[in-house]
Amino acid sequence: MRIALFVTCLADTVFPEAAKATVRLLERLGHEVVFPAGQTCCGQMHVNTGYQAQAVSLVRRHVRVFDPYDVVVAPSGSCVGSVRHQHAMVARRAGDVRLASRAESVAARTFELSELLVDVLGVTDVGAFFPHRVTYHPTCHSLRMLRVADRPVRLLRAVRGLELVELPAAEQCCGFGGTFAVKNADTSSAMLADKLRHVLSTGADVCAAGDASCLMHIGGGLSRSGSAVRTVHLAEILAPTEPDRAGGERSDLVVRS
Amino acid sequence: MSRTFLGMPTTAPKGVGHLRGAEPFPAAARRALSDAQLRRNLGHATATIRAKSGAVVAEVPDWEQLRAAGSAIKADAMARLPELLEQLEQRVTDAGGVVHWAADANEANAIVVDLVRATGSDRVIKVKSMVTQEIGLNEALEAAGIAPVETDLAELIVQLGEDRPSHILVPAIHRNRAEIREIFLRAMPGVDPGLTDEPAVLAAAARRFLRQTFLSTPVAVSGANFAVAETGTLAVVESEGNGRMCLTLPRTLITVMGVEKVVPTWRDLEVFLQLLPRASTGERMNPYTSMWTGVSPGDGPQEFHLVLLDNGRSAVLADEVGRQALHCIRCSACLNVCPVYERTGGHAYGSVYPGPIGAVLSPQLTGVADNASLPYASSLCGACYDACPVKINIPELLVHLRDQAPHPRGESAAMAAAAYAMDHPALYAAAQRATRLSRLTGRRGRGLPPPLSGWTADRDLPEPPAQTFRQWWASR
Repeated sequence: MRIALFVTCLADTVFPEAAKATVRLLERLGHEVVFPAGQTCCGQMHVNTGYQAQAVSLVRRHVRVFDPYDVVVAPSGSCVGSVRHQHAMVARRAGDVRLASRAESVAARTFELSELLVDVLGVTDVGAFFPHRVTYHPTCHSLRMLRVADRPVRLLRAVRGLELVELPAAEQCCGFGGTFAVKNADTSSAMLADKLRHVLSTGADVCAAGDASCLMHIGGGLSRSGSAVRTVHLAEILAPTEPDRAGGERSDLVVRS
Repeated sequence: MSRTFLGMPTTAPKGVGHLRGAEPFPAAARRALSDAQLRRNLGHATATIRAKSGAVVAEVPDWEQLRAAGSAIKADAMARLPELLEQLEQRVTDAGGVVHWAADANEANAIVVDLVRATGSDRVIKVKSMVTQEIGLNEALEAAGIAPVETDLAELIVQLGEDRPSHILVPAIHRNRAEIREIFLRAMPGVDPGLTDEPAVLAAAARRFLRQTFLSTPVAVSGANFAVAETGTLAVVESEGNGRMCLTLPRTLITVMGVEKVVPTWRDLEVFLQLLPRASTGERMNPYTSMWTGVSPGDGPQEFHLVLLDNGRSAVLADEVGRQALHCIRCSACLNVCPVYERTGGHAYGSVYPGPIGAVLSPQLTGVADNASLPYASSLCGACYDACPVKINIPELLVHLRDQAPHPRGESAAMAAAAYAMDHPALYAAAQRATRLSRLTGRRGRGLPPPLSGWTADRDLPEPPAQTFRQWWASR
């Protein structure tokens, strides 16, 4: 299958390993990945901070760039949530009905990574090897906007060598919330402190999630507290296989927190 | 009362009632977050209610259909509110009640004060009600020399403690039993000085005090959970029976009700009386459901007044996205699941309506500029939407209201610059490469200025990668 990668501005700029792992994983499964060069940002930050009018040009760009593709994937529940639940709304509010309908069409072809693997490509065992004790944070937008449910966990359970440990109070927000973490930094920190306590209580050496933004937040807290627990994107767990490790390609598998 | 109305509906007036906080949410939250006792009380209380409610919601096979029905009934009622209110007025009047229309808090307070004065009583007993807190009725009564006595146990604790409620359902959620004992010893008339902090002992002390008051006060004031347009029936749901005392013992009953509480038919209550207790207290059935229709000669209050309050609601109704906030049945499920509320408590929201629903209702009732920080008091995690028994899409409303909020000038400029760069890929790529220069901001971002220093107080920034994804892609 020919799959267009919507890399997301955060993964592109700060966490390229998550995006590279997405490419490697899909190619390893026999699919062609293309990267439409005109893409930038879905505009979620603008919409969620109260700047919908400024997001219109970003929605228009996103729709123009991705409209030619049958299947689009992003390694982010939050950015797919924005495409699916906000783009048409922003266009409609700006009075552009045509853009709204095209945005809806693109949204229907856009999938978060675990949705693409399980629902579109029909795989739960992607042949991955990741010999670590892992706890999984489900992330709010994957969980409640996209309803990915247990798809990521089913994928993780099939990974060789991986020991999955349940995260207590997993469904509670880590406190990121985009500009919330800046505008309400103290409340966000209080939420993060509880999330970190739960992550550390699992004894896992890796905290995984399907969103680089939440991982940046949790990882930033772990790093500041001096913890050795690493944050790793779901794609970076699903990409490596046993021969990969033997070949010594391990160095760029992990998002540095 | 009739008047000619011209122009757009107005928001709730300033200087009366409790819809506006003294300071923005982040500042108020900071103080609450530093109160370890408050954090413990809140964490324990919200986790307990959450678990109880979750269990009884899960056992209803048609919960999702009930939610959809509740949402549809409310949407229908809002769509023909004027017609339903006039029908309600007619039915209440037919049944011997008197209906008053109050455009705002000042009018409602004046109506209630006049009605109480006419009875000659200098004291009223009160059923727990959000709307009378909203309009500051107690202050208005006190200013007129009338003593209001809250009869809901938690509201009584708040009143005696000269405090403010911090939760819709459990107004004294921020107090533990040791604090309650101290408040009773200090402020409850005739209290036993040997009072302990055993819950049963505290409840017995309140019961002794309240029983005297019930038997000697001729006027009660209540709110309403529902009003049925087709029958003129008012309904109050509560857990203690103290509301039932107020609604049946006095000679005069005055009910203040937000206009959005009307439902079209008696049968609609079937839906809400299943939704409300399970979402709210985590009970299968509400313990005390009191319903009355006008006046019944020789039985219960012989004089009944219904005050229909707008106080900004028509302005909310005028916003086709925002109006769903009026569907709220005040169950407080959204507070109990909210990770922000759980940590800051209700006072940080400044309004009598705290938590996620408060963050979307208060700014609409007052106009967004007067509560501009509230729509941002959420991480948009969406737990409130899932918990809401009438499916109010609170995250959507928060985003909608953020768009109406006044923005800091520096932020506006930064957002405009970001949007421009993101619409110009070459500029965007240059900006991406510049993040590698972020070492100028100090190790892991610790040198960043405010407001970004809020992030770096407790979190490191990620190390910038050697190349962006698109650089890697281009080099493949």
